[in-house]
Amino acid sequence: MLDIEDLRVSFIDREDTGEVVHGISLHMDPGERLGLVGESGSGKSVTALTVAGLLKRSRSTVSGRVLFQGRDLLQCPRDELRKIQGREIGMVFQEPMTSLDPLMRVGRQVEEVLRIHTQLPAAQRRRQALEMLERVGLPEPTVCYEKYPHQLSGGQRQRAMIAAALIGHPALLLADEPTTALDVTVQAQILELLKALNRDMGVGILFISHDLNVVRKLCTRVAVMHNGYIVETGPTEDVFRQPKEEYTRQLIAAIPTREKRKR
Amino acid sequence: MDELILQVNNVSVSYQDRGLFRRSDRPPTVKDVSFDLHRGEILGLVGESGCGKSTLSKAILGMLPYQGEIVHFSKRPQMVFQDPYGSLNPAKTVGWIVEEPLRAFGKYDARERKRRVLDMLERVGLGAAYADRRPRELSGGQRQRVGIAVALIQRPRLIIADEPVSALDVTIQARILDLLLELQRDLELSYLFISHDLNVIYQICDRVMVMQGGRIIETGPVEAVFEHPREEYTKKLLAAI
Repeated sequence: MLDIEDLRVSFIDREDTGEVVHGISLHMDPGERLGLVGESGSGKSVTALTVAGLLKRSRSTVSGRVLFQGRDLLQCPRDELRKIQGREIGMVFQEPMTSLDPLMRVGRQVEEVLRIHTQLPAAQRRRQALEMLERVGLPEPTVCYEKYPHQLSGGQRQRAMIAAALIGHPALLLADEPTTALDVTVQAQILELLKALNRDMGVGILFISHDLNVVRKLCTRVAVMHNGYIVETGPTEDVFRQPKEEYTRQLIAAIPTREKRKR
Repeated sequence: MDELILQVNNVSVSYQDRGLFRRSDRPPTVKDVSFDLHRGEILGLVGESGCGKSTLSKAILGMLPYQGEIVHFSKRPQMVFQDPYGSLNPAKTVGWIVEEPLRAFGKYDARERKRRVLDMLERVGLGAAYADRRPRELSGGQRQRVGIAVALIQRPRLIIADEPVSALDVTIQARILDLLLELQRDLELSYLFISHDLNVIYQICDRVMVMQGGRIIETGPVEAVFEHPREEYTKKLLAAI
């Protein structure tokens, strides 16, 4: 479904760093839950933004291929790209409050993809939005539909974002640190929700995170990024139990766990 | 270990609304909290956002009015914050920033102050060379080391650390925790260590208090609480990690 081949990304206006992603390749099957982990500056978010088409073309140079269902997103004309990104690739980010429009009712934002990409009449859009709100576990969908983002809790906002991302039944959900700003109990619920949606709707999830514990809970396969390279890829449990690369070993050793009590 | 550093007795904190939209029925943010903190002890305070953990720490530092009793057995507790960048003056050098508390309290002559600053930079693992750098030239972990140096230069006995490693990458986080432990041992410090991260609490704390809805609902040695949580909420927290 997604094939990234020799992807290189440089920022034009940054003289000191230049290239931040140094020719990475990554393959993802339909319906897969793939984790992309790394620390800050590893290039994981830049990679996600490239796939999402959210990198400013005037500020960056991108080379390589990003094949999504056979089409190279880097070569696609703009109008075609707009149809793919948003409709066929859904996105959720860390802080839903910055992605949600504070002045627009939640329901209207959830059905935005349908408004832009389909000819569906308003009543039908509304019906689908309500279904989706219910599907992501928001209480009283009809009430939620009329609310503004600030009237929801952090976890509810993230659920609303997920509803908006999935309403067009995309093949791929790009999730960039979607649980990082949430309390642990809420985080656990969102991870369960993502798993359920992956199972029931068959949507593939590319999950970008700095948190290895979270990736381990959600993803079946993991790619570890460091300084703009993918240093290791494999089934999540294999990588956790027997990391091959020195950096992966360091990263896993640094996770605070019960066995590593310091006192 | 039996020497008391801090005693908190039946402390409650309510935020008072002022002005036109005042509501008299606002519930207290911290409700009837009591605990002791001993010399050389690392006491964890864990809870989710809005539970009152930061409000409690502000009351302890005397930054908020409270009901009840807070007794300090040491002078001037110091604070280590989540994001030291917000409290580091971007226009000044690291040396100037670390020296500032000494200058502000009119302690020592210029030469002695400088000696103490360089000594402290060495202690927090930065080294004297960092004295001439500015905050924006530093990484997140290095900034947190400066934040720790600023807190320690005043020779406190009690440090209140509010999410000190939450903003750091996991490999850096491990190093800062090691540093905090080393300093605690060498300087016989006591920490009130506030975190939302149970794994971090488990790593370095002797005892832990679980806070929910402004109350401390469970307290005990870290291993006991993690192995045999009594409260439903504590069980739920532990299940989520």
